[in-house]
Amino acid sequence: MDILALSALEREALALSLRVALWCVAISLPFGVLCAWVLARCAFPGKSLLDGVIHLPLVLPPVVVGYALLMLFGRQGPLGSWLSAVFGVEIAFTWKGAVVASAVMAFPLLVRAIRLSIEAVDPGLEAAARTLGAGRWGVLFTVTLPLAWPGILTGMVLAFARSLGEFGATITFVSNIPGETRTLPLALYGLSQVPGSETAALRLVIISTALAFTALIASEILAARIRKRLAA
Amino acid sequence: MLEAHIEKAFPGGFRIDAAFRTGAGRVTALFGPSGAGKSSIANAVAGLIAPDSGRVILDGEVLFDSAAGIDLPPERRRIGYVFQDARLFPHLTVSANLDYGLRRTPQHLRRVLRDQVIDLLAIGHLLGRRPGRLSGGEKSRVAFGRAVLSSPRLLVFDEPLASLDAARKAEILPFIERLRDELAIPTIYVSHAIEEILRLADDVGVLEAGRVLRAGPTVETLNAGNIVHADMGDPGSVIEACIAEADAGDGLTALALDGGRLFVPKLGNARTGALVRLRIRARDVAIARERPAGLSILNVLPARVKSVEDGPAAQADVALDVGAPLWARITRRSARELALAPGAEVYALIKSVAIDRGN
Repeated sequence: MDILALSALEREALALSLRVALWCVAISLPFGVLCAWVLARCAFPGKSLLDGVIHLPLVLPPVVVGYALLMLFGRQGPLGSWLSAVFGVEIAFTWKGAVVASAVMAFPLLVRAIRLSIEAVDPGLEAAARTLGAGRWGVLFTVTLPLAWPGILTGMVLAFARSLGEFGATITFVSNIPGETRTLPLALYGLSQVPGSETAALRLVIISTALAFTALIASEILAARIRKRLAA
Repeated sequence: MLEAHIEKAFPGGFRIDAAFRTGAGRVTALFGPSGAGKSSIANAVAGLIAPDSGRVILDGEVLFDSAAGIDLPPERRRIGYVFQDARLFPHLTVSANLDYGLRRTPQHLRRVLRDQVIDLLAIGHLLGRRPGRLSGGEKSRVAFGRAVLSSPRLLVFDEPLASLDAARKAEILPFIERLRDELAIPTIYVSHAIEEILRLADDVGVLEAGRVLRAGPTVETLNAGNIVHADMGDPGSVIEACIAEADAGDGLTALALDGGRLFVPKLGNARTGALVRLRIRARDVAIARERPAGLSILNVLPARVKSVEDGPAAQADVALDVGAPLWARITRRSARELALAPGAEVYALIKSVAIDRGN
């Protein structure tokens, strides 16, 4: 059964990938929900600009995003020097940077899925909740989000999967440091540069695929359950 | 008491400019054809849409005043709203739906008891279900309960029966009457169905094209205008009468009018002395110069002609006085041959009567 046992490198890359992906979802979710709600339910000047900015990572080359992050969060960058001085937090070339990079790349997918599900919630129900004494935030948390929950879950899984697969922005922003920023795709890239490591590379491919597939199936099962509960 | 003046222009040219106040009774109806702006006015009162200008004042508190820049959000107006579609929260049980407004009402403002409402609306056996498992009538009842449990200062019913079939309407109306009689919450009832208005409303504002044509006590107001407005869709008159004899024999009930007695099929819950409202369609009234003999029509009342107007096509609308105002729609030829003119003494022959309120 040695074939099923993970090597030290595989374990490390897998654990790091999971950690980065989970943090990515956790950090981007509140902002994603907020942006999705604003885009779905509010009308204001500059709305299409906000929409455009959110979707920018979807159309920009990941290297551009990674380089922009490096300029912002690098030691000399405006945000990086501020975070370092005020909180003593280093982002660039750490796993936290990998989280930031994949969060930015996954953000459009997250927002899009949540926005669609919020738009599908009947505004009449929200109006009814207002007449019953709930304020805007109360309505959001007791009516809108519970009803949009299947879409929020979909967005979370998409963001999780996108984070697992993030490569370009990550390698540009935080480099490929073993144990710190070498996630599954980066480890696979490293192996692909070394002759004779085809088997090791193939194992990483299988691990990545299995991980993404599991996440997808789990979310499908959950979403089906939620929909069944809402329909009952 | 609610006092409102609402002005709002909609894209497409429709304009609302309506001023009204609730009457002394419990239920004030906003009555008018579809598209008259009734629901928009109700929405503006509840704060769900903002008027372009005007004022909304409830029990002396200013809820909206465009000049003063006041616009309270709906959650601070304490106006309960029952929508045409019940709008129950699908992810919550009936019990949690009922509690939604109740939980958000501070203890000292709660006027309505949960158990009492569940009892009045007979929804105790539904508490654990989700709205997806309720029938249309059950959804309506739960929506009523949810709205009244927020102890509103004003209750707005916005065409609550419009999406139900006739059988469901008959089933639900008594529940609205019960809420009206037991909880005594001032109510605005929006509807285009005259039978609901007659059954529920103490006062009425008649709306057309975004304006209040007339307002006041229900029966007088509905009879005040010309014949078309007196009865939307099916012209006629509205009469309030006292039950003279609940059981007048042969399965009939006798109603007292100044000009005589009106016999109607026996009313189920009739008590002698109670007031009922009834509608008589103009085309169900015929006119005779002499008291006819050998006729199957039971109700023949002496009447005086008040006016004769040309109606649609070959018809004439005759306003009669039988101790109450009564419209008759006959042909113009008949009107001419009978020489009907104001002041003429005639007999009104009433073929059928619809009873709308027995209380």
